[in-house]
Amino acid sequence: MAETRYTKEHEWIRLEDDGTLTVGITDHAQDALGDIVFIELPAVDRDVVEGETVATVESTKAANDVFAPISGRIAEINENVVEDPGLINRDPTGEGWFWRMEPTDEDAFETLLDEEGYEAYLETL
Amino acid sequence: MTALRITPLDLLHRRLGARMIDFAGWSLPVKYPTGTLAEHRQARTAAALFDVSHMAQISLHGDAAADLERLVPGDIKNLPMGRQRYTFFLNEAGGIIDDLMVAHHPGRLVIVANAVRTEADLGHLDTSGIAREHHHDRALLALQGPQAANILARLGHEAAALPFLGITTCAIAGIGPCWVSRSGYTGEDGFEISVPASDAETLATRLLAEPECAPAGLAARDTLRLEAGLCLYGHDIDMLTSPIEAGLGWTIPKRRREALDFPGATTIHDHLVNGPPRLRVGIRPQGRPPARAGTDIAALDGTQAGIITSGTVSPTLGAPVAMGYVRRDLAEDGSPLVLLVRGQRLDAHQVKLPFVPHRFAAR
Repeated sequence: MAETRYTKEHEWIRLEDDGTLTVGITDHAQDALGDIVFIELPAVDRDVVEGETVATVESTKAANDVFAPISGRIAEINENVVEDPGLINRDPTGEGWFWRMEPTDEDAFETLLDEEGYEAYLETL
Repeated sequence: MTALRITPLDLLHRRLGARMIDFAGWSLPVKYPTGTLAEHRQARTAAALFDVSHMAQISLHGDAAADLERLVPGDIKNLPMGRQRYTFFLNEAGGIIDDLMVAHHPGRLVIVANAVRTEADLGHLDTSGIAREHHHDRALLALQGPQAANILARLGHEAAALPFLGITTCAIAGIGPCWVSRSGYTGEDGFEISVPASDAETLATRLLAEPECAPAGLAARDTLRLEAGLCLYGHDIDMLTSPIEAGLGWTIPKRRREALDFPGATTIHDHLVNGPPRLRVGIRPQGRPPARAGTDIAALDGTQAGIITSGTVSPTLGAPVAMGYVRRDLAEDGSPLVLLVRGQRLDAHQVKLPFVPHRFAAR
């Protein structure tokens, strides 16, 4: 089973069999944002640096930046969430994924929070 | 940091699973588990119940119309008993200190004012030597939507018979006395019900038990009022905005325009005679991205045109809508503008407000 890691910015990052990473936002994040009505995703092939703003999600209330969890190149984006941003609310960790990326440093994934670490972090909020 | 104030419905909100946020120092529900879009639809198609107890309810006892007219440009002296009217506290520069509803009850005027401006409003009344009673002991519920009147027809038929902007004092579901007005902030027919704090949860629970009714939070209240083209204090109007710039000159009657006997009258007169430097307009951005408050507006020739003061994606239209101020020479229905959103230039055009037609009760 593919392993999933997390960030304190409430993103999930799943390591796929081919070594690419799929990125989305957690259930906690979609619930906090409320109904998502617009998403702007990065261009495919864009090189991104860890911490850089690469996407914007907008709820009925406000705009929120989404950051690159680690450095790499954007390999694919999920056009379905652009067409139907509500998919992010309905299935944040499945059909509501944002983009796939090829990491610059394959070991960087291991530095991210594991599920236990993320759950512990949520407890502190 | 001071503790957030809670409304008499705080426990009810938590039982209903609301997400609570800090709004103007109050802990208030931003949304319930159904979510903002569903709550918005609820108000447009059936009835939604909002807790607006954070808003200040202030009584001016006795014959206070002449006193209040020293501070506001509206017609208060001729406000009939049993009616409510929209007006403003103005500063000496003609800027808006707060926007208010003023209701004429037997023996007094009752003001409903914004939570974010309550301290300023109370101080303004005090400085002006106008005696006031701030009703800390009352909650305020807004029942909004095309089915709101059907609900009150069953629970308080006297209230259900009110005309638009009519007010009365009566029991709702045997609870009260409630001060009821046929008004709201959604563009729909609806009621605002002031109830003693100790009875608020009982009344809210009773209203929510009606099949047409569901709770709605601040986020839905914001998308509803924006679709209705209604101003939010601190965003669309503030101390630096005149009512004429805001397109709210209709609140100032001929008698007051001629007498010019209110704060900021010189500016208001100038804006009425010569036109204000800028005007509030409705804006429809093309494409999908919403243009939020603070977005710069440019003219087609690249010159600065103004700024967005409220913006969202309209749940009813499924498209972005915004309000903002533009230079008077550019303010014209249908004419194009350019919005600068995150470094991109988005095409937009001006439209008449509201974005979604009002459906108020008959006057």
